[in-house]
Amino acid sequence: MSNDLGDLYQQVIIDHGRHPQNFHRLGDATRTVEGVNPLCGDLLTVYVKLLDDRIDDIAFEGAGCAISMASASLMTTALKGKRCEEALALFGFVHAMLTETPSDELPSAELGKLAVLSGVSAFPMRVKCATLAWHALRSALEGKNELVSSE
Amino acid sequence: MVLHPDSSTSADTGQASGRFDVEAMREQFPILTVRPYGKPLAYLDSAATSQKPQAVIDAMSPFFSRDNANVHRGVHYLSERATEAYEGARVKAQGFLNASEVEEIVFTSGTTGAINLVAETYGAAHLGEGDEVLITEMEHHSNIVPWQMLCERTGAQLRVAPISDTGELLVDELKALIGERTKLVAITHVSNVLGTVNPIREVTEIAHAAGARVLVDGAQAAPHLPIDVQALGCDFYALSGHKMYGPTGIGVLYGRRELLEEMPPYQGGGDMILSVSFEKTVYNNAPYKFEAGTPNLVGVVGLGVAIDFLTGLDREALAAHEHDLLAYGTEALLLVPGLRLVGTAPAKQSILSFVLDGVHPHDIGTILDREGVAIRTGHHCAQPLLSRLGLSATARASLACYSTRAEIDALVAGLETVQEAFG
Ligand SMILES: Cc1ncc(COP(=O)(O)O)c(C=O)c1O
Repeated sequence: MSNDLGDLYQQVIIDHGRHPQNFHRLGDATRTVEGVNPLCGDLLTVYVKLLDDRIDDIAFEGAGCAISMASASLMTTALKGKRCEEALALFGFVHAMLTETPSDELPSAELGKLAVLSGVSAFPMRVKCATLAWHALRSALEGKNELVSSE
Repeated sequence: MVLHPDSSTSADTGQASGRFDVEAMREQFPILTVRPYGKPLAYLDSAATSQKPQAVIDAMSPFFSRDNANVHRGVHYLSERATEAYEGARVKAQGFLNASEVEEIVFTSGTTGAINLVAETYGAAHLGEGDEVLITEMEHHSNIVPWQMLCERTGAQLRVAPISDTGELLVDELKALIGERTKLVAITHVSNVLGTVNPIREVTEIAHAAGARVLVDGAQAAPHLPIDVQALGCDFYALSGHKMYGPTGIGVLYGRRELLEEMPPYQGGGDMILSVSFEKTVYNNAPYKFEAGTPNLVGVVGLGVAIDFLTGLDREALAAHEHDLLAYGTEALLLVPGLRLVGTAPAKQSILSFVLDGVHPHDIGTILDREGVAIRTGHHCAQPLLSRLGLSATARASLACYSTRAEIDALVAGLETVQEAFG
């Protein structure tokens, strides 16, 4: 397997893809948003329970490739307890990491475990897989209950 | 799997009669020498779009340097040459489909364009509240959505004929769904996901007995099967140039003469009229009344050359080659642990769809890509079919005249890499 592929399919990603965290319905969610990738038909549902301005709980359900499942799984673990503002800022960092050539400017401390997704940037066709859950999250935080697309 | 012998004679295309020389064939397709990531290319995505032979590539540029002018409207030398080239391709398409009259050939932007044309003209004129359009579970979105849109506008109902778990059309169930209210049956000739070859002649007979018309989506059949619209008995047949070794942006709608004549026009504009005044416009005859505006001239020219290419092949030898590859690929894939083929109808053509335990098709596609193996992954514009099969995506390898056993070997080797990564 080539280096690029090794970077993309790190063991952490394969593990999260196979055994995603927070992978369930959230009965007391205050916001529920479905994200669809029209290219492949992958569909994720993101549940968020907001308490004041804080993500008290977050979970997701759905089916997708290893990248989209791992990204969603890592997202939920990273965001539990975060304030909405912080969550959106983190999406900004993740998006930059996925779409820009590697640089030192990304705050690796904040990205934490999400940094394993950096290999996606070498695969432009797969960026949408990695951002699907995040687009749904943003929509949820903006107060929408709807279907969003990764387009 | 079926062989489709053809009586047409083979012209000189470097192919000795009876034997299929795939290496000579590959030399006609320059793109096959591209090396993705330094690996030999295994292009197994011809069902999405086929590659183009040198003859087609070479036909398009000289048209611009020698023949280009607008058609049907100039009195000058070049316009005459362009019109000749354009109408010459129509005659070729007529021959390719064995239509009885050249006026039955309408140029469209592709299969999608052709189906929408029928929905918006024939459909709008003949369907009303309570009428029914019957499709099958294995249709491409382009043979579903135009009918849904038509039903929304007219109050007609969309009915869906079921398939078996192996991907075969359940003809008895289709028959039971056809009734007095059925105005149109729209069905694919070959499924782009399953490879299933549908019994079109039988379906046509059933539909006609009930007074319904039949539209056949020939997008996946045209590059593989000899097509005879008279023998099939269908009323409409749609195809795309780019899937049969021709350029993108061009396709054909065959329509029975008497139907085309009485159908309302499609888009309004130049070329589709006989006379225009501010009070009244008299429409041109078929096929011109369906070809408003300056057409895709160079596309039509390229399509004509693609038809020459296909009809020049020894079709029996080509069918045997494609049949052999499908059998070889089926056998090889079935040996891959955890792999399940999707679509195993006995009458099948050139498509190998599969799923792999524990690995999403997209991940398969990305890993294979880095090995030089190009396949399609996803729902293949057939989401209702995938839902019917309990899937959201498959990986699909599809074959063409230039495909080889070595490419299938590369696919199988690539799948081993996939399984290592996901071990
Ligand atoms: C069975 C089938 N029908 C219709 C189409 C649509 O063809 P086009 O996109 O060329 O209009 C396709 C192409 O993907 C197809 O495979």
